Amino acid sequence: MNFLYAAYGATWAIHIVYLVTVYQRYSKLKQEVDELKKSR
Amino acid sequence: MRKAFPILGILTAIFLSYGLYLAMVVAPREQTMGDVQRIFYYHVPSAWTAFLLFFINFIASIQYLVRRNPVSDKVANWTIITLAVVCCIGSVVAAVVPDLKAALPQGTEPSAIGTTGVIIAIAYFVIRKYFNLEAVDALAVTTAEVGVVFCTVVLVTGPLWARPVWGIWWTWDVRLTSTLVLWLIYVSYLILRRFSSSGQTPVMAAALAVFGALDVPLVYFSIWIFRTQHPQPVIGGGGSIDPRMMHVLLMNWLAFLCFAYLVCWSRYRLEIIKREVEEAQALESLLEPRSVAR
Repeated sequence: MNFLYAAYGATWAIHIVYLVTVYQRYSKLKQEVDELKKSR
Repeated sequence: MRKAFPILGILTAIFLSYGLYLAMVVAPREQTMGDVQRIFYYHVPSAWTAFLLFFINFIASIQYLVRRNPVSDKVANWTIITLAVVCCIGSVVAAVVPDLKAALPQGTEPSAIGTTGVIIAIAYFVIRKYFNLEAVDALAVTTAEVGVVFCTVVLVTGPLWARPVWGIWWTWDVRLTSTLVLWLIYVSYLILRRFSSSGQTPVMAAALAVFGALDVPLVYFSIWIFRTQHPQPVIGGGGSIDPRMMHVLLMNWLAFLCFAYLVCWSRYRLEIIKREVEEAQALESLLEPRSVAR
């Protein structure tokens, strides 16, 4: 059962890490958009 | 889509939870491998989802290459139509001629050839209709990145299944090695897109993706063609699966498809916004010296 839990846990860990990186990139981009708006 | 996103998100969460419940509780316990076989319900749908995403990446990459020139665009359109027609005729001929039918991989119906050709043509023209040249490139990046994530899941869950069943984490057999090569090709694709600043980067990446996609059929058919450590197919190829297991497998695949769709949509939006910001920044930097000069 340990291998089963490890596999399911690893699957969701990989997806969550990826979603966090997407969110971080989105936040960074949002910051850049705000800076662009300010400079205009 | 923005309004539908939360509803789809909730539905996907319900599907994923239900899929997990089916995999852990409802699916029957496999007699030889025991509970560890339940990894199958995450491993296989992840692999199918990765293949589907790499297929979309392949179509998007081809379109990015051919649509930049009207002549090659027309040639590609007619080639795709011809391919679909030839596949349909081929499936009829293979069904009638016993020698041709025997030459197909074991358990493959001749109609699969026609279906494949028609699916390729439909996918090609649907993407062509709804995505312009810039959008098709963004779609290629999106599907490659999300495909790599799903392929990573396959490469991690595979050894976790192999260790208790085979007694080893990894073996260099064709299925496993070709999957690793596939993953490496698409990681290279993403590295190329991330670190190359050349204007030709999308073209080079699209060419790499077209060659990378050629590995997908090799991965898929490797267990039919070669004698491998990896189990023989349980679906198609003469294999069989308990109907309850099949139901759990398909339900989990549906859940992962919904999840992949939402992730792709988010990543695609991110890519489009990123390009708009880059464009605005480039414009800004062009205008700045002029304003100083004034």
